[in-house]
Parts: sequence; C-alpha cells; structure tokens
Amino acid sequence: MTPVTSTERERVRADLVRARSARSAREGLIKGILVLAALLSIATTTAIVFTLLQQTLSFFGTVSPWDYFTGTKWTPLLAGDQQSFGVLPLLWGTFYLTGIGLLVAIPCGLLAAIYLSEFAKPRVRKAVKPILELLAGMPTIIFGYFALTFVTPTILRGLLGIPVKQFNGLSAGLVLGILVIPTIASVSEDAMRSVPSSLREGAYGLGAGRLQVALRVVFPAALSGIVAALILGASRAVGETVIILIAGGQEPSMTLNPTQSFQSMASFIAATARGDIPQNTLKYETIFVVGFTLFCVTLLLNGVSAKVVGRFRQVYE
Amino acid sequence: MTIKKGLISIATALVLAAGVSACGGSSGSTSAESLSGSIRVDGSSTVFPFAQAAAESFNQDQANVKIAVGESGTGGGFAKFCAGETDISDASREIKPEEAALCKKNGITYQSVQVANDGIAIAANPALGVDCLTTAQLKQIWNKGSSINSLSQIDPKLSTTKLSLFGPGTDSGTFDFFTEKVNGEKGATREKYAASEDDNTLVTGVEGDKGGFGYFGYSYAAAAGDKITIVGVNNGKGCIKPSVATVQDGSYAPLSRPLFMYVSEKAISRPEVKAFLAKTTDGSVSIAGSAKLVPVTDAQLAAAKTQLATAEKNAK
Repeated sequence: MTPVTSTERERVRADLVRARSARSAREGLIKGILVLAALLSIATTTAIVFTLLQQTLSFFGTVSPWDYFTGTKWTPLLAGDQQSFGVLPLLWGTFYLTGIGLLVAIPCGLLAAIYLSEFAKPRVRKAVKPILELLAGMPTIIFGYFALTFVTPTILRGLLGIPVKQFNGLSAGLVLGILVIPTIASVSEDAMRSVPSSLREGAYGLGAGRLQVALRVVFPAALSGIVAALILGASRAVGETVIILIAGGQEPSMTLNPTQSFQSMASFIAATARGDIPQNTLKYETIFVVGFTLFCVTLLLNGVSAKVVGRFRQVYE
Repeated sequence: MTIKKGLISIATALVLAAGVSACGGSSGSTSAESLSGSIRVDGSSTVFPFAQAAAESFNQDQANVKIAVGESGTGGGFAKFCAGETDISDASREIKPEEAALCKKNGITYQSVQVANDGIAIAANPALGVDCLTTAQLKQIWNKGSSINSLSQIDPKLSTTKLSLFGPGTDSGTFDFFTEKVNGEKGATREKYAASEDDNTLVTGVEGDKGGFGYFGYSYAAAAGDKITIVGVNNGKGCIKPSVATVQDGSYAPLSRPLFMYVSEKAISRPEVKAFLAKTTDGSVSIAGSAKLVPVTDAQLAAAKTQLATAEKNAK
C-alpha cells in the first residue's frame, strides 16, 4: 500500500468529474428524446383538432349550427333541395347502437370481472384473463363479418326468429357489446383486485359470505374504477366504425326499431371518405364536421370519466 | 452460429438469383424492348377490375413497369388526375365540366379512350317474384319523394312484401347514371334506401332480405348467380334483360354505358404509358372478359384507337 499522493487524488477526481459530465450529457440526451416523444403526441392531437376545426368552421359558414344540431334529416350527399344536414340521425344511431352494446357488455363484463377477481382460482385467472384481453385485441373487421354472416342469419333469424333486415342495428349493437366486454371486464377486474384485502378479511371476520363480500364490500369500494371502465367501454363503442359499417347498414335513421338499418357518425365518415366525393366541397366538409362532433362526444365522455373517478375514489391507506 | 448464418445467406442468395434469372428470362424472351418506370392509375371502381387485369396482362411482358391501380371512384380519380397526381383516370362516365375546368386550370390535357361497356342491373330478391319492370315503374320506386314500400303499390299483381332498398353511394358514376336515366335528373333520388360504395355490400343486402331490391353494376349482379333475380327493363320496346349483347349494342336501354380510361397527353409521352395503353386497347376485349365487364364492339375499338392516336400525336 503506497500512500496516495495528492496528484493521484486529483487525477481520480478529474476522472470522476469527466465521467459524471459524460453521464449527465447522456441523460440530458435521453431526457430530450423522451420530451420530444411526449410533445409529438401533443402536436399530433393539436394538428388533428386544427384540421377538424378548419373544415368545421368553413362548413358552419354555409350551414347554420342550429340546422346541424337540431335537424332530423341527414342527406348531405344529395343534390339541391334534397340536401339536408341534420346530424341527429347519426347521433341517434351512434348512441342507440352503443346502448344496445352496453346492455350486453355491462352485465357480462361486470359478472366476468367479479368472477375473475373474487371467485376464480389464481390458476384460472391467469389462464382466462389473457384470453379475454386477446378478444380486445381482435381486429374489429372480424367482429363486423361475424355480425353480418353469423349473428344476423344464424342467431337472430335462425335461432330467435327475429325478422331483422340483412343490415340491422340489433346485430351490430350486440357484437359491439361483445367487442366492449373485455375492456369493461379487464379494467373493472383491475379495480376490484386493487381493493385492499384487509377490507375483505374484515368482512369475512364479521361473518359475511363470499358473494356478500364481492357485492357489498369490494364492488362499492371499487366503484370509481368500475364506472371508469364503463365509460371507457362506452367511449370505445361510440367511436367504433367497422362493425356498424359492415353489419349495421348505411342508412341514417331515428327509429327505435332495432331490426332496421342505422348509421353512426364513425361509419358515416368511413363510408363517405371511401367514396368519391370531390374535395373542398360542402359534402367533403361534412366528413370533418361529423369527425369533430365525434371528437367532442368522446372528449366529453373522457372528461366525465375523469370527474367520476375523482369523485368516487376512496383512498385506503 | 456463424456457419449457420453463412449457410442461410448463401441459400437466400441462391433463391434470389433463381428468381431474378427466371424473371429476366420471361421478360427477355417475349419483348424486344424492356421498359421500366411506373404508371399511376386511379378512378372508377367499376373500371377498377378492368384496369387491374390490364396491368397484370401488361406486367407479363413488362415486369419492370410498376402499375399502381387505385379505386377512388370516378370523381375522386378525376380530382387526382386533374391535380397531375395520376397518369390515367378510370371513368364510368364522361368528365364533368367542373372537373374539366380544373384540368384546364392545371394545364392537364387529355384524351378519353373507351375500354369497355357496363350495364346497370336491377336486382331483386327471388322471393319478390318480379321479372320485369318499366322505366316508369323504376322511376316510381326510386324518384325523389317516393314513398313506395312494396311492389304492389306500383302494380297490384306484384308482391306485397315490404321493400328493402339498396343503391350505390351518391358520388359514384353508377348513381349519377341511374338517376339521370331513370329519374330524369342527375342526383335526384328517394332518400330512404341503404347506400353503399361497395357493390358486394349491395349484393349481400338484396340477397339477404326477402324484400331486397336494388341497382348496381351488371358484373356484380351476374356474378351473384341464382341468389338474386336480374329484373328486365322495359323502356317502351318490350322487356329487355341485361346481357353482353344487349349492353354492348345499347338495346338494354337506358341502363348501359361506356367505360373510359382518360390519359393525360403529358403522360403518354412516356414509353411505358404509351405501351400500356396500346396493349390495353388492343387487348381490351379479352381483358373486359376477365374483368367481368362487357367488351367493346369493333366500331368502339376503332374509335378508341383514333383517340389514342390523337393523344400520341399531341404528346409533349
């Protein structure tokens, strides 16, 4: 062991400083990249809103917002006096089909969540949950053809004998529900599982049964997460395009009869953008106006969801 | 590891070499001059199968020419064509004045070449039991403000089943053509019917609903076979059903129409575009057959060749 000289000590110190500054440069670079990635998503959203707004404002320069939001006839692609820009049939189609979907998805999704979180053995849960989530990752065009070529002819007409049209809201709505089940089940299950087990144990200690614990203790405790799951599911259904495009018909209507054809906002956009509308015309702008409306509806749903989550959240320490 | 990698790369190289030599062999043996470059085609979805078949046939001889065929519809195709984005525009109608004005504004000059014929078929679900309708009856069903819900409303002898109507999207050439010929005013239509740009969707609808009734391209109706009934049209000269012969000679009136390829005179100065159009026009009869369209007659072919010659002469 030779004593450390002061020059050696200084050299070591200098090395350390150099290493540190190299590291901080590297970290700065990484941080920069991360910030850039975050900004990119913000920039994209801003650009989308800007594009939508530009065409929307131009559209409202010709059509009055009052006519748009209160009109009950949606025939923007027709010529002359037949042209009408009442968006209500599209809003109706969107919410009506979402409603049918949620009627299926909420009970199925919640029951599945309760089962997975409170009743299933860990081994079963481990096997079932990924399968459930696989369903969520399935391309929706498959669901669309499932609705058109199986649900409509085999289930609705064959098994149940309902005289539905070839393209009908019932089939599209039901399959929309199936699409949303995994979202609702998976997110609610996460919420219920994150309820501390001390609550369950307390309830068991008071002599509660398993079902009582699930329904009266865990479910209310996880309510904020569950409501968020439902809104997330609804949001997904509202924006869903392909299923309704393929199986729901492309006929804007405001009927309560689910055997008829419907058109939703998203499916109108897809159908119309696929067609051969001349650009920079009023017809072309309808795509953007409906897109903007859809954007606002989804934004509203997400906002409500954030509010709800904040309001019902119970913090356990 | 490295040995394995080496083997793989050798194998890949061999496969590639085999592929290249095979391609080279076939293109070299059939054509004296090997062309390259790319051709952009877009437009009518009715002409789309024709353009695609033409591209495939051309690529058998000229494998190095890339041909991109789109189907934005006639209107969408012209929008791109007149913006100078495409070389050839497929059309199921003639160019509209406003589209022509856009082309002129952008300095795009062009010629139209008739490549095939198409008929619009009136299709009904077999359960409706309808065999023939007059143009006036069709107008009753489809005209602006129509509230016809069953065929018995236009003829008491016909079915009382509630109709489920299907028609093409409002910006397709088929829609323009049908409304002009049947309803007497381009774009005038009843509002309550299911509209789709996808002809297969329309076939599915007519086939799937007991009251299914609609109109779309003859090629799609013919391909559907027995699952739908093709209804004859009586335009004052008796009931005529669409067929190759009746569409070609126009006796299936008023619902047969010519199909075009519009070519820009600037594009035709490129050898690959010139060769593609020459071959497509020469072979249009067999291409139309494979694309399930109705081929041109001799007279129509001669006219097409004249147009093409004019375009080549004006090429710049």
